[in-house]
Amino acid sequence: MTSARATFFHYLGQRKTQLAIGIICAAATALAGVVPPRFIGAIIDALQQGTTFQTVVLLALASVAFSAADAVFRGIARYLLLNTARQAEYQMRNDLFAHLQEMHLAYFQHQRIGDLMARLTNDLTAVRQMLGPALMQGSFTIMTFVFAVLSMLGVSVKLTVISMILMPVASLAFWYVGRKVHIRFERLQAKFGDLSTKAQENFSGIRVVKAFSQEDPEARDFARINREYVGRAIALTSVQGLIWPTMSFVLGLAVLSVLYIGGQDAIRGELTLGQLVQFVAYLYLLSWPVIAIGWISNMFQAGWASLVRLQEIFDAKPAIADPIDAVTSPIKGEVELRGVSFAYGQTIVLDDVTFKVPAGGSLAIVGPTGSGKSTLVNLIPRLFDVQQGEVLIDGINVRRFPLQQLRRSVGYVPQETFLFSVPLRENVGFGLDRALTEAQIDWAGDVSQLNKDVEDFPARYDTMIGERGVTLSGGQKQRTAIARAVAKDPRVLILDDALSAVDTYTEAEILRRLRGVMRERTSIVVAHRISTVKDADEILVLDDGRIAERGAHRDLLERGGLYAQMYRRQLLEEELEVDEEREEHEKRVKHAEEELGFGMRPPLGGRGAEPPDR
Amino acid sequence: MAHHGGGGGGGAATGFFQEDEILGKAYDARLMRRLLGYLRPYRGLVIVALVILLGLSFADVAPPVIAKFIIDNAIAPAVSGQISPDEGFSRLAPFGALYISVLLASSLFRYGQSMLASYVGQNAMYDLRVGLFKHLEGLSLTFFDRNPVGRLMTRITNDIDALTDMVTQGVVAIFGDVFVIIVIAVVLVILDWRLALVTFCSVPILVAMTAYFRRMMRESFRAIRIRLARVNAYLNENISGMAILQLFTRESRSFKDFDALNTDLLQANQGGIRAMALFIPSVNFTRAGTSAAIFIAASYWIVGGQLTIGTLLAFWQLVERFFAPIQDLSEKYNIMQAAMASSERVFRLIDTEPTIVDPPQPRELAHVRGEVRFDNVSFAYNEGDWVLRDVTFTISAGESVAIVGATGAGKTSIISLISRFYDVQKGRILLDGLDLRELRQMDVRRHVGVVLQDPFIFAGTIASNIRLNNMTISDQQVRSAATFVNADKFIERLPQGYETVVTERGSTLSVGQKQLLAFARAIAFNPEILLVLDEATSSVDTETEHLIQDALAKLMVGRTSIIIAHRLSTIQNVDRIIVLHKGRVVEIGTHRDLLAQRGVYHRLYELQYRAHEASASA
Repeated sequence: MTSARATFFHYLGQRKTQLAIGIICAAATALAGVVPPRFIGAIIDALQQGTTFQTVVLLALASVAFSAADAVFRGIARYLLLNTARQAEYQMRNDLFAHLQEMHLAYFQHQRIGDLMARLTNDLTAVRQMLGPALMQGSFTIMTFVFAVLSMLGVSVKLTVISMILMPVASLAFWYVGRKVHIRFERLQAKFGDLSTKAQENFSGIRVVKAFSQEDPEARDFARINREYVGRAIALTSVQGLIWPTMSFVLGLAVLSVLYIGGQDAIRGELTLGQLVQFVAYLYLLSWPVIAIGWISNMFQAGWASLVRLQEIFDAKPAIADPIDAVTSPIKGEVELRGVSFAYGQTIVLDDVTFKVPAGGSLAIVGPTGSGKSTLVNLIPRLFDVQQGEVLIDGINVRRFPLQQLRRSVGYVPQETFLFSVPLRENVGFGLDRALTEAQIDWAGDVSQLNKDVEDFPARYDTMIGERGVTLSGGQKQRTAIARAVAKDPRVLILDDALSAVDTYTEAEILRRLRGVMRERTSIVVAHRISTVKDADEILVLDDGRIAERGAHRDLLERGGLYAQMYRRQLLEEELEVDEEREEHEKRVKHAEEELGFGMRPPLGGRGAEPPDR
Repeated sequence: MAHHGGGGGGGAATGFFQEDEILGKAYDARLMRRLLGYLRPYRGLVIVALVILLGLSFADVAPPVIAKFIIDNAIAPAVSGQISPDEGFSRLAPFGALYISVLLASSLFRYGQSMLASYVGQNAMYDLRVGLFKHLEGLSLTFFDRNPVGRLMTRITNDIDALTDMVTQGVVAIFGDVFVIIVIAVVLVILDWRLALVTFCSVPILVAMTAYFRRMMRESFRAIRIRLARVNAYLNENISGMAILQLFTRESRSFKDFDALNTDLLQANQGGIRAMALFIPSVNFTRAGTSAAIFIAASYWIVGGQLTIGTLLAFWQLVERFFAPIQDLSEKYNIMQAAMASSERVFRLIDTEPTIVDPPQPRELAHVRGEVRFDNVSFAYNEGDWVLRDVTFTISAGESVAIVGATGAGKTSIISLISRFYDVQKGRILLDGLDLRELRQMDVRRHVGVVLQDPFIFAGTIASNIRLNNMTISDQQVRSAATFVNADKFIERLPQGYETVVTERGSTLSVGQKQLLAFARAIAFNPEILLVLDEATSSVDTETEHLIQDALAKLMVGRTSIIIAHRLSTIQNVDRIIVLHKGRVVEIGTHRDLLAQRGVYHRLYELQYRAHEASASA
């Protein structure tokens, strides 16, 4: 486990030269910045003593030369240091993403996506601000401070002491006010939390709010909280607003005391007027560092806290990784579970499950919600690893295959369809290294019955999916996911309740085609509908993580157990569904008619079920 | 994928940042006018703030001018022997006093100004935030169906905060800058118009430079924002779909795509850094050049005896300050741009019209008997996608009716329609013979009580969850409502009884307890019509189950009750049952009659109720 400190130096260390040159340039900037006051002092003295115009021009030009050097170095330092931070940010973002790619599924279930996103956006920004602006301004500030104070000492030790006496006073005030600011800021944040809760609660519970006509009272309550929030915000300003006036007042006092005491010195001849002006100029140079120091330290604190949060992501270790002694023999497709048990924390999900599907065979898994079906199939491509027992493919423990090889040979259609907002074609070819050929996509689209839907899409398979493109229906999404899994040409195909949003007619079509495709491959199908599973070689009935029944459709029906009950219920359900089927069928016919060009007549006849137009 | 023939330029973007991609100009007159409208109630204070700001500009410009007099009138003459040292010392004192008072004034003005800005800004944004909240509360459910809570939350928190920042910091800073520039220009001319002219030579250069860099910055900020949105959308999508990514061994290619987007962003950022790394030194350089020109010109005139050293020094200092506002231009630009984008999003919400509004001349609903009639009602959430088709039925006052049907039959929609959460597309719904649309929503909802499927618990106490904000419901009424629905026993067992604090979404209460609480809430408002959405609630223990059943039976007595029932006991107790199938009313009758018909109800009964009862008793 690395520390945040190590990470900090790791990312900065990758650009050591750039960073070093940047800091040297920052030093050069500060150094060049303290020179012009010297020339200005010289000009004043020269003017006091009566001089030639040429001398002044020369001195002024010399001053400009140093200001120019200041500007040039500042530009370079700025570019190098901010760029270092941006590159580090880029690198860190890449590394974080690469790291997350290696993390196992359980990690993402445990860690909320919103929280991860917040770290990858807000925290990364805070870290970048620490590495960039804060580091840059810090370098400028410290070096300007050092060089200015050294220069001041060179002019007058007495005036330096006088002007510096006020600085601790300023720091003390800053520290005191800063503490108050912190407390009031926390109080403000707490109220902000209340305010968010109130809004969130109202938006989520809008039905209750409206049902009980609570809009006005709730708005009044929101206004009350908001009023308190405003009060606290103003209370915060009332202390925060002290900082800047105090600082500028202290600084002004320093200038005044230098003018007053230094003026007396000048009158007494202990100091030239030019030196006095030079000294005041240094004080002005100091004004920015004095103001900036609090701001910089805030950025460092925030950045460090964020870095620690990012470090937590880096520290999480992937639980599922490639084996050391990998087996690379090609996968044929025999799937076996031997005494497999699995638990999420204390909850046992699978309890001593054993089965074997020969290569090319088919297995179906049914059972009530929460019986462990999804977990079971998740074990095969190692989305999870078993805690007890073994998952074997071709007689070899799945943990011994390289992850890539294992997952390449498994086609998986998950319960919850997740498609990416890229064109449909890429979604289907998601698991392939090379772009799909037209023949491949046509084949996958036919098996999954996606082709006929695609006909209606604006750019067919090049249509964008998601908010930027077409929104697919649940069934279309599932069929895309099936096409995606089939296009991989897998040895083992897993459908996890993947036909739930597809109507029974299309389902039958898909199953029929899949049977053709799967003749030489292994298929494992999780489903609720008997129609989906009844033709499988073997059917497992899972109940509470255990195999309650197993066998072929006919055997299970004869047994009259859980499976037979399910079957009976579904017959009833189907009776209820009959109307829908008929309607669905009518739609299909109508669609076909329109396609052929003779369906464009006004909908008068044949739609007696429609209510008469009012 | 990043180079797939321009299919959106690697445009992997979900809704994550979609609406937030409104980029915003740095200044939009229309939006600005509208925003400033929120300052109108505080215009007196705004004027005071502006006066103070002007005073502050004078106070900030004064010290270098006083320093000029200190040098010209006290130090320089004493050094050069024109006056005695003692005369020099004595002349120093009044200037010192003046200097201190100016410093004090400046500090006070600055403090007063920030307090005023905060007061006005916070209050104006209070108005906007509360206004937005009220507006949202008035919008119809259709709106809430389409807008995720997260998005609304961002509007009411972050976006309003960005606007507050603009009002309290951005606008003040801009006015302050303008004032300072004007005051300095005037002071320069008064001090010495010739030297002022030399100074002003830099202005065209500055203006040209600023214009040039502003364009660069605008392009650069735009590119950065777009690319950042893409990077974050890609991240969000890929993290959400990580399992698929891994199952389809897509890691390396997806990393390559991400790297391409990330590199794009880096390049845009580097462009921005380059622009700023050129801009800031350029401004500094111009400033240095201007100072040098002043020194040279001033020296010429000083040598000629036409100018004093003090004036030169005052010019030198003032020119430094003259340039300061330009230095942090990009920061202000950012604040303004963010605020403009936020205001556009907020105003867009405010401009969303509620689709369900009260009629201009609502019918009075004085005494409600409680008759509910659906007259040829057809309804769709989305145009053309009918959920209810031609539904007609009448429920007489005091009658209890259960609505049954398979999932998706349209049961919930009926409840929503009677509460007028939505308006029907065809037909009408009558309450005591009056069309719902002729009544005030509030009047309807006062007489219609609803118990929703997922009982919503507000942060507060048990009692406040029963009476909500209705203070006319006394503690006694709260208690009797709870007792009536059998909720009193569990409430009294809680540590603080009715004053027990319940947390957001009621996580400290069980599902059954929440349901009882929702019953109590409904009964406390004593509605003439009660709607209960009672679909399958899982994990209610047997004891609570009995309490709920008993409470439901008591609730139905003496008032029109429409219940989406999942409990056999409920459907056996009601007067009539309406069977919905695919949005149509297919059967109406009593439990006994309908069973005898052996139609849809019979099958539903076999499927849902009998099976449920069987598994519950097992």
